[in-house]
Amino acid sequence: MKAKNIYGSILYHIIITTLGLLMLYPILWMIASSFKDNTEIFSNAHSLISAKLLNIRNYIEGWKGFGDVTFAVYFKNSLIISSVSAIGQVLLSGFVAYGFARTKFIGKKILFGLVIVTMLIPRQILMVPQYILFNKLGWINSFKPLILPNFFPLPFFIFLCLQFIQGLPIELDEAAKIDGCGKYSIYFRIILPNIKPALITCFIFSFYWTWQDFLSPLIYIESNKLYPVSLALKMFSDPSSVTNWGAMFAMSTLSVAPAFIIFLFFQRYLVEGITTTGIKG
Amino acid sequence: MRKNISNKFYDNLTGYVFISPWLIGFIAFMLVPLIVSLYYSFTEYDMLSQAKWVGIKNYINILSDDDTFWSSLKTTFFYTFVAIPFRLIFALLLAVLFSQKRKFLGVYRAIYYLPSIIGGSVAVSLIWRQLFSSRGALNSFLSLLLGIDYRKAWIGSPDTAIWTIILLAAWQFGSPMLIFVAGLKQIPINLYEAAIIDGSNWWHKFFKITLPMLSPVIFFNLVVQLINGFMMFTEAFIVTGGGPFNKTLVYVLYVFRRCFTYYEMGYGCALSWILLIMVGIVTLIIFKSSKYWVYYESRSDF
Repeated sequence: MKAKNIYGSILYHIIITTLGLLMLYPILWMIASSFKDNTEIFSNAHSLISAKLLNIRNYIEGWKGFGDVTFAVYFKNSLIISSVSAIGQVLLSGFVAYGFARTKFIGKKILFGLVIVTMLIPRQILMVPQYILFNKLGWINSFKPLILPNFFPLPFFIFLCLQFIQGLPIELDEAAKIDGCGKYSIYFRIILPNIKPALITCFIFSFYWTWQDFLSPLIYIESNKLYPVSLALKMFSDPSSVTNWGAMFAMSTLSVAPAFIIFLFFQRYLVEGITTTGIKG
Repeated sequence: MRKNISNKFYDNLTGYVFISPWLIGFIAFMLVPLIVSLYYSFTEYDMLSQAKWVGIKNYINILSDDDTFWSSLKTTFFYTFVAIPFRLIFALLLAVLFSQKRKFLGVYRAIYYLPSIIGGSVAVSLIWRQLFSSRGALNSFLSLLLGIDYRKAWIGSPDTAIWTIILLAAWQFGSPMLIFVAGLKQIPINLYEAAIIDGSNWWHKFFKITLPMLSPVIFFNLVVQLINGFMMFTEAFIVTGGGPFNKTLVYVLYVFRRCFTYYEMGYGCALSWILLIMVGIVTLIIFKSSKYWVYYESRSDF
């Protein structure tokens, strides 16, 4: 019986590791290829080891960017758009969630139903009318259409904070009420400091969604110097440009680095965010 | 009495103040655009000149005269109903493996989740193009294996192009996997213990306990992921560009082209509304079907 368990365990780890390597292959391959010379990329296409280890020529080439705009500008743009958007989401998600969790008002059930339904309405459906709207406002070719809507909390983040607030004991509210606090000061003094983990989760999700977003900048941003990283990368695939494959691999690797770092350090928050909103959704 | 009424008024007001950021955003960025797009769907509008009212002409043209619409619809349905089941099956299988008590589970889970973190990015789509290009990694590997110079253009061939993006979608099963893992943890252990006493084998336990107990989670994942599938854009835009011969022209990419390449905004709005209605119908069907296969614990008595 015991021997069987050990074999079973070895088999388990072998299967999981093999499959895992297969899963990671495209990512490892991207990183490996970013160190390969342009000829090696094709002569030794599948290999995960570059002939010249840590050959950073591709990175230097790629960083030069397109036209006279370097990747430093693209990264700066992405950083501005993503972090301001994330701050916008964090600012008011908890506030709205508290309204749904702990106040009573007419039409609450219907409005909360709307929050849930709109969680399922994808924004791709709204891309055309939003474009028409933002065009009328003269927002095209600026960061406004990418950033400003984020100051109105998304249903996903409201829901995430709501789940968290419902986990807090109602006695917190009641004790504060006895001390003479109104609803607003209860939220800002008592609830807000207690929902930090949920807000961190909101920040992380918002940041990395905006970082990866491609459709919105593709629609709204026209000038090269306002491009975020996702849009700049697209230029490597334009048929008109003579493609420098090595540089493409190098900049692709750099572009996913922030998501990777977030994942490494905040994995717990990501997992929690997905499971709490998922399971009770 | 009077005081009571004003108290109630204040309670309501407070509630509305709290939810106002969402309410304003909902009206400004969702409700108004939806109404605006409904209006434009009955017009011809190119953004330069005034919109011209044409009644239901756009809808009639789309349904009766637009082959690309029908082919993009077919492609989207094919992609969604192949890629999403694959994604969910992988997610469930791995979740079951990860719900056992083993060493290094945290590391494994992270490895399998990593592709989902970056999978939707432009970077990965660019990589995918290279993996499956005629001189890419797959062919290089196959050449080594077969001993010949293998040069199939996986992305350039009409029969394989869609499969490269289906594979890309199936590869990103991380989120549903995590949700399944959490769901599996909720299943009471005593159900399995009782089954062991009854002499049930692994398959029996899986189909009679795990699947029914997990069905609400499966339902949730199915709804979210199917909608996700219908909305696919970046992958088709970057990896295949909709080609070859429109074989991977998915619906959102088609709407994008109509609007932002040809500036037929009215037509694009009509297409968007058809998509919204379709997604609504599919979601409704899944919701209606749920009473036949989703098992809610609270409804039954033990």
